[in-house]
Amino acid sequence: MATEYNRIIKDGLWGNNAVLNMFLGLCPAMAVTTSATNGLGLGLATLAVLCTSSVLVAILRNLITKEVRIPVYILIVASMVTMVDLSMNAWVHELYKVLGIFIALIVVNCIVLARLESFASKESVTASLVDGLSVGIGFTMSLVVIGGLREIMGQGTLFADASLLLGPAFKFLEMRILPPDSGMLMMILPPGGFLVVAHLVVLKRLIDARAGKNEPVAAPHPA
Amino acid sequence: MKDFKHAIVLGGFSLVFGIMLAVTGSLTASAIVDRAMEDRLNSLAQVLPANLHDNNPVKDAVSLKNAEGKEIIVYRAMKEGKVTGVAYEVQGSGYGGSIKLMMGIDLEGRLLGVRVTSHKETPGLGDRMEEKKGDWILRFTGLSLGNPPIEKWKVKKDGGQFDQFAGATITPRAVVGAVRGGMEFFASNKTQMMEMK
Repeated sequence: MATEYNRIIKDGLWGNNAVLNMFLGLCPAMAVTTSATNGLGLGLATLAVLCTSSVLVAILRNLITKEVRIPVYILIVASMVTMVDLSMNAWVHELYKVLGIFIALIVVNCIVLARLESFASKESVTASLVDGLSVGIGFTMSLVVIGGLREIMGQGTLFADASLLLGPAFKFLEMRILPPDSGMLMMILPPGGFLVVAHLVVLKRLIDARAGKNEPVAAPHPA
Repeated sequence: MKDFKHAIVLGGFSLVFGIMLAVTGSLTASAIVDRAMEDRLNSLAQVLPANLHDNNPVKDAVSLKNAEGKEIIVYRAMKEGKVTGVAYEVQGSGYGGSIKLMMGIDLEGRLLGVRVTSHKETPGLGDRMEEKKGDWILRFTGLSLGNPPIEKWKVKKDGGQFDQFAGATITPRAVVGAVRGGMEFFASNKTQMMEMK
């Protein structure tokens, strides 16, 4: 049992990393990762929706018939996202002003649907929660790395405005790496996103090849 | 019979989640309206100083048509029932789309302040008009249609007196033009703004 959870966690974080291996959710990932803080914001919001909807689908998996499962998943994801969106807007408005733009993006994020279809619909509630957590954290890590690299090269800062997202206690994260106005603007614009993601994919494959690992478990699907 | 079961499953889920959404929607509706009002008041507070008014400018707003026939909501600062200043949103056409600005004007036609409320300009170039990224936008405070003279209400490149920023001319040109348009709107509608109920 323990080894099975180990495998789920390892796959979610590294072996089957949502962005760098499965190439899922690239559209919101590229659009948002102009800074490490933005990447963290979208990552955490996705993590929350991924976990709750995985658990929900795992609980209801015997009720959902195979023929109508996709519309039911979409219904569940869209409803969860809308409820989170409305509640945050009403009750944690300051956080909503920072995270709000990311929340609507989750509905169109195919990672959530992919995990529901290929994992939560077949496995136990606990395993689905572990899977949701690991894939979500793996996604968040990739976005923070992509956002961080683009931010350092484009603006010369790292985690700028992190205190707006996480609270004043995280002010220490905000760093200036390069002097002001020395950044390459292109890295913040869309081409920078493609460049950074491509280089990270290459780097990850090199590391995997060095470690003597085989190809990732699931064949990559274009998102 | 099997199809019937699928219909029940899908219909049942739709019903349950529909009810959940309706409940969430009605629970949050009034709080969301309140938050939107607070946001509006916060952005107005930047261009209508608190010592100018003892009212709620959003409640005492009036709607006027500008020269192009577009409705503009004019928020009015009032003290003891008398209008002391107005604020409204103007739009300019920037590099990446429309730039929305909130501007406040006192009774003599002087700018109390200008703030960008939304834009899609290039990060690192055009976004230096945001207050948190530079003090460019603060230079408008205190200016009026006569100061500088109307023909100088342009960026330097066009023969006016406003600085453009390095690498971006279109953005400042749009902002200066929009603010000038807003001041002209004030000049031609001043009486209505003061007296409309």
